[in-house]
Amino acid sequence: MATLDLVPIYMNDRPDLLDRLGEALGRILHMSIRQRTPAFDPEAAYDRSRGQYNSTVMLRLLLGDPGITGDRLLGVTSVDLCTPVLTYVFGEAQLDGRGSVVSVHRLRTEVYGLPPDDALLYERLQKEAVHELGHTFGLVHCADPGCVMHASTYAEEIDFKGPGLCPRCLGVVRAAINQSRAAT
Amino acid sequence: MPTTNDTTARETGPSVLIVDDEFSVRDSLYEWFRKDGYHAGSAENAREALARIQERRWDVVLLDIKMPGMDGLELQRRLKEVDPDLVVIMITAYASVETAVSALKHGAFDYITKPIDPDELSHLVRRAIEQRRLKAENLQLREKVEHLTAPGTLVGSSPPMQKVLEMVRSVAHTDATVLIRGESGTGKELIAQTIHANSNRRYFPIVPVNCGALPESLLESELFGHEKGAFTGAQYRRKGKFELADGGTLFLDEVGTISAQTQVNLLRVLESKEFTRLGGSEPIKVDFRVICATNQNLERAVEEGKFREDLYYRINVFSIHLPPLRERPEDIPMLAQHFLERFARQMNRPYEGFDPGAMDLLVRHPWPGNVRELANAVERALVVGSPPLVRAVDLPVRLNEDARPATGESLADVERAQIVRVLERASWNITRAAETLGIDRVTLYNKIRKYGLRK
Repeated sequence: MATLDLVPIYMNDRPDLLDRLGEALGRILHMSIRQRTPAFDPEAAYDRSRGQYNSTVMLRLLLGDPGITGDRLLGVTSVDLCTPVLTYVFGEAQLDGRGSVVSVHRLRTEVYGLPPDDALLYERLQKEAVHELGHTFGLVHCADPGCVMHASTYAEEIDFKGPGLCPRCLGVVRAAINQSRAAT
Repeated sequence: MPTTNDTTARETGPSVLIVDDEFSVRDSLYEWFRKDGYHAGSAENAREALARIQERRWDVVLLDIKMPGMDGLELQRRLKEVDPDLVVIMITAYASVETAVSALKHGAFDYITKPIDPDELSHLVRRAIEQRRLKAENLQLREKVEHLTAPGTLVGSSPPMQKVLEMVRSVAHTDATVLIRGESGTGKELIAQTIHANSNRRYFPIVPVNCGALPESLLESELFGHEKGAFTGAQYRRKGKFELADGGTLFLDEVGTISAQTQVNLLRVLESKEFTRLGGSEPIKVDFRVICATNQNLERAVEEGKFREDLYYRINVFSIHLPPLRERPEDIPMLAQHFLERFARQMNRPYEGFDPGAMDLLVRHPWPGNVRELANAVERALVVGSPPLVRAVDLPVRLNEDARPATGESLADVERAQIVRVLERASWNITRAAETLGIDRVTLYNKIRKYGLRK
């Protein structure tokens, strides 16, 4: 069975989120889920001028970590991510590659001045995690507004999407996983 | 990490080229657009950007305003030389009024400041692509409209007709007032439509007004429009032809029949391009080109005081005289064949042409009703005859009579027929007809009255 390494980065206060997410991803993607502790220093991705973490650098650190060897890897972090040219990103992934990273920061309702909503936070995290992992299987944004691969540039847009992949996107992911399983 | 060449994931769909000297910017945007389903490409300098633009069609270019070597503004100019419809979005490091104004002045679609809000970027690029799509669609529709609204073809290879076509070509693109003169049925309206269709006003309407068909009071209301309650029966406000022709062409047919009062009012509007609706007080500015047509001798009408001299000079800026068909008989075969093909297509009947007898008849007829009469004769022949050739017997009786002397009837009938024939050949020029008949003008007038002949 293909493996997915889940890597918590600054997620010490919410190990429960990682556990729930691991279970759900295993169910959705039919992959073996492992949690891995990073050996790299995530501060290398910190952009002092922006007060945010560079998602591209974070992804590079994840991919360079010798302890993270899964077929796919997903970093989950509580810090705010950005790229040099974009003010923020919910996550970043290699298109048709191995690595992905997702941030919980802007999925929290508190960031928008609203009361905490843990159920909504988890729902958004699962959607974004599947979304970023979908890119690693070669999926681009889907026109189906109910599909989790539909583009979303702000948090409420994530809420409009359904929790899973549309049949077409799910087919692409399953085919890719089966292919990698056959190769091994 | 992925390379910054074109993605192979998406070869179709909208395309975005990112031009920035900073690798991290290029790479980040390139990946972002790829994942959003765009065909993405990148270039790190002006030279590379110019090469990429030649390779394929790009919908949008995201262009850094500050780059070493050639700056974004200059590069934009060069890129637009290659593809004038290219939509360029400038990326600036600092939002300053100067750079923004400069970018927009140089034809950029918009600008965006680094670091870019992803939501703003998404909307901006979608809007830019929509604009490009609309522009292309607009162009296609214009071509379709041009095809659909193209006036009938001007047919004629005779020297007088060639001269007319040359005049039409030379005056069409100007805004000059045109006076088209010619007998009834020579195709004055077709000439007006052709001038309009070849002018810069072609995407606006050509509004025809048949001045001779309306009584004075109605003509004023027709031209000027009226406010509600301006006169009995004016229940609604109505735009007049002047307003409807705004941006386009006003075609005043039979301009010689306009009454003295309307001539004054018309002259005022033509001079000032401003008028008020009947019953209104608000002056309305309009911009239209004027084309007039007449089958009357306006110079004589001016001499006789029936047509204002100042209006005459106002409309007689560029005059085109349409020769009657009898003065260009060499055009008859081509015109007849043109009408035959048109009507055969409309009636879905497989006509191919005319037999020699029919064509001989057509060429010898004087056609007092000019091209309109010829068109009607051909249309009628196609209805009564049978394909593939039109025969002489299919043509209207008057044509056949014209070719054969009237026989077996009373002396009065023969005289009447002869007078009609000569008058038509002379285009109702009484002096010339009287000469041909060998009688004086008074006698001819008396005979016209006696037989109740009318032009």
